Amino acid sequence: MASIVKVEANAYHDSVTLMSLSGKIKKYDGVEQAVVSMATQMNKELLNNIGLMTQEVQAATENDLIIAVKAVTDERVEEVIGFIESELTAKKSKKEKNGNQPVKTIHAAINAMPEANMAIISVPGEYAAREARQVLKQGIHVMLFSDNVSIEDEKSLKELGREKGLFVMGPDCGTAIINHSGLCFANKVSEGEIGLVAASGTGLQEVTVQIDKLGYGITQAIGTGGRDLHEEIGGIMMLQGLKALEADEKTKVITLISKPPAPKVQEKILAEVKKCQKPVVVCFLDRDAHAVEEAGAIFSPTLIDAARKAVKLVDPEKEMDTEIDEAASNWVKAEQKKLADSQQYIRGLFCGGTLTSEALSLIRDAGLKVKSNVAKKQAEKLSEVHTTTGHTLLDLGDDEFTKGKPHPMIDPTLRNERIVAEAKDPETAVLLLDFELGYGSHEDPVGVSLESLQEAKQIAAQAGRHLPIVAYICGTSKDKQDYQQQERKLEAIGVRVADSNEMATKIATMLVKEVN
Amino acid sequence: MSNIQDLFKEKLHVINIGTSTFKDDLDLQGTEAIQLDWQPPAGGNMELINALDYFQDNERVVNANKEAISRIKAAHPFLVDIDLAKNVIPGMHSNMILHAGPPIAWENMAGPVQGAIIGALIYEGLANNEEEAKALVVKGEIEFSPCHELSAVGPMAGIVSPSMPVHVVENRTHGNKAYCTVNEGLGKVLRFGAFSEDVIHRLKWIKDVYAKALKKALALSDGIDLKSITAQALHMGDECHNRNKASTSLFYRDITDYFLQTDLDKEQLREVMQFIKNNEHYYLNLSMPACKASLDAGHGIPYSTVVTTMARNGVEFGIRISGLGEQEWFTAPANFVKGLFFPGFSEDDAAPDLGDSAITETMGIGGFAMGGSPAIVQFVGGEVADAIHYSEQMYDITVSENSNYSIPTLDFRGTAFGIDVLKVIETGILPVINTGMASKVAGVGQIGAGIVHPPKECFEKGLMRFYEVYGEGGING
Repeated sequence: MASIVKVEANAYHDSVTLMSLSGKIKKYDGVEQAVVSMATQMNKELLNNIGLMTQEVQAATENDLIIAVKAVTDERVEEVIGFIESELTAKKSKKEKNGNQPVKTIHAAINAMPEANMAIISVPGEYAAREARQVLKQGIHVMLFSDNVSIEDEKSLKELGREKGLFVMGPDCGTAIINHSGLCFANKVSEGEIGLVAASGTGLQEVTVQIDKLGYGITQAIGTGGRDLHEEIGGIMMLQGLKALEADEKTKVITLISKPPAPKVQEKILAEVKKCQKPVVVCFLDRDAHAVEEAGAIFSPTLIDAARKAVKLVDPEKEMDTEIDEAASNWVKAEQKKLADSQQYIRGLFCGGTLTSEALSLIRDAGLKVKSNVAKKQAEKLSEVHTTTGHTLLDLGDDEFTKGKPHPMIDPTLRNERIVAEAKDPETAVLLLDFELGYGSHEDPVGVSLESLQEAKQIAAQAGRHLPIVAYICGTSKDKQDYQQQERKLEAIGVRVADSNEMATKIATMLVKEVN
Repeated sequence: MSNIQDLFKEKLHVINIGTSTFKDDLDLQGTEAIQLDWQPPAGGNMELINALDYFQDNERVVNANKEAISRIKAAHPFLVDIDLAKNVIPGMHSNMILHAGPPIAWENMAGPVQGAIIGALIYEGLANNEEEAKALVVKGEIEFSPCHELSAVGPMAGIVSPSMPVHVVENRTHGNKAYCTVNEGLGKVLRFGAFSEDVIHRLKWIKDVYAKALKKALALSDGIDLKSITAQALHMGDECHNRNKASTSLFYRDITDYFLQTDLDKEQLREVMQFIKNNEHYYLNLSMPACKASLDAGHGIPYSTVVTTMARNGVEFGIRISGLGEQEWFTAPANFVKGLFFPGFSEDDAAPDLGDSAITETMGIGGFAMGGSPAIVQFVGGEVADAIHYSEQMYDITVSENSNYSIPTLDFRGTAFGIDVLKVIETGILPVINTGMASKVAGVGQIGAGIVHPPKECFEKGLMRFYEVYGEGGING
């Protein structure tokens, strides 16, 4: 084995670039370890663990870049280092070619683009609030994608935004569609009359996708970040979004989406909903309908239901199928016959957090005992995420899985290992999966998972079992990844593709329910 | 400025700060977006970030900086006289020698600086040779001071000894003066540490012949307007640090008529005027004190974070800050200049960054005005586009633009000026200096030219001290 460890001083690169580069290197034959990362404490530990720590690395600061490669021969190490360096410089020179010199400060950016009215901020959390504050002071709306921003900072940013009449979408806001431009993780959906505000990124993606699939469209999809409805924040952004949509001429129907809010905040939101002239659909996952209905709004317990009810308000005549169709139930019956006795449980492996929550609530409603790392109820909480028992739904975007790795929506390969592991378990009856399309997401999420899915099927077959797989592709036919092609790839290896997360979950549930 | 209801009616224009994949997807949608090439502020140093946050948008700092730059901009330097240093520089005495850059002890000085001091002592008649000169210094007979602390500036070694003639530059707006020796030309010269007989001989000629003649000419004038010459030269391809062809010609044009009105005979006149004509860097030693006289007028404004001095002694780089003390230098080891070498020389031959000439960049010309001086690019290496980029980038770290000094290639935009310590730390962008390179061996002379930056540490130390003085619970805070 040969190795080279280099430190480049003052060479900051963002983590997404570096992680996707690390991913590309692993595909080189004969590379045992490859790390391209900023010299944070965490990354230093990582280097220590894989035996590549040097004095130079020890002394490096968070602003220095580490390049470490361990491979079979010196030549291979050199080759990979050369590749890394050319990738990093190629990015820089490309940036300089398409138009102006890169700008380095907010003032320079505003000089270059005086019309700027939105800033997307995705820098490391400890710096994000600072950047956001500067942007707000310039009178520019903020979408704060970064996480690890303190709740105190979130509060002061949102108060500043409210005072200035500016949006502060986030922190930890993954999805928004403003004026029909998808920001960060968003699908290309039709224009229409439904305006949305959501404290959940994948939740917002799923509802907008379902509205589009039903043949309708949206005006604005505003994100708030996951903590907006916590008591400390008090739903500042959701209230701002609600008021903005109420005042927006194009919006005819408003839809709010969130995981269960703090009771006091729910009260505040519903009081505002009550004042609205426009019909409001409120999807508070796992909350009861009573309080919402009392506020004169329409309650939805799930994402798909929120999409349907919003569409119904736009077009009361619209007819919708909510039950499993015949083709799907025939498929379930055929698959059931091939299951071994040991195969009893659903194993859901998700990239989208709120899709996990929705599946959890649907499976629970079907009367099954299910556990998940997104569960709020004590009895449903997983004690440990690395081993599986019973019906289990895993959100692989959870921090426990993503340390130092890209989120599975950016790169679903993170899930592949787990797909294979679940296939080895004789108790696994069905794999339930999601694939996210749209801006921000991987260019071919199905493609990078196919090999593992086939391997999973083979492992089961070698052990004398048959492994059904049900998948949902959260995306529209207009998304950049080509929905139809993604679907065909799955169907070609015998994966059942449903057209909503709800339907995929129902199919998986039906499969195990009647087995039990 | 856009509030929420406007936002829904406007076209979206996005600044993307962070991962560029989000910008790629906006491009795909045809949404206008600009990528901000983000770096952690202050290199991620939390102490500095706290200090930055404390002073950001602090009204006292904003106002103090406005005051500092308006004084610097309003300053109007004229060349009014030439006389011996000991006669005109307040604080100069017969055993004192001034040098470039921040304070430094003899034993730590760079080779060219020591060489120049030996030459100066021989010139003064205080020593007959190298050994005697060194012995004199070691005995502690000679007092050293940075030029900057006595209102003077000197290129390269920057040596000023008591009986050297110095240009007297007066800032007629504020009344303060600045001083600088006469440029000796290129080749073997004192400022690069040479002290051979011909060097001393030339210095004596400058004192006995040239300075006397210029003094007579200046006495007939109402002073030579240096602000005007610099402004015109910037439109003629000079940046008034490394390129002084146009400015020297303009000065020559202005001074000629006064020389002709003196009582000098024809031979003397030819000798004196040829000295200017044959030295295309003559104006450097006027450009520098003109900048110095202007910047000194902006020093000492409480709460101002504007840099009023950048200077190097061949070992350390030092800066001074308007709101802090006159003698408060923030120093760090000087960098090596990156650029082109004259034939026969390489990096191994170079001394670290040297000289007070970075006063031009402090004023917003020199490297800051490189975009208007395409010819300089050949000399320091690189492409014209790089020079324009350097000039444009400097707007990110300065308080304002100097409309008195405009750059044709930037559509006559005023040069970036008023380097703000806060902005340097915030952006990590360092001032750009284009400069000559001295051989590390005394007396060899210039061996190349290129680009150099101050060490970031100078600004970090400066900001931390500024916070001590003006920050939370600070001395004046």
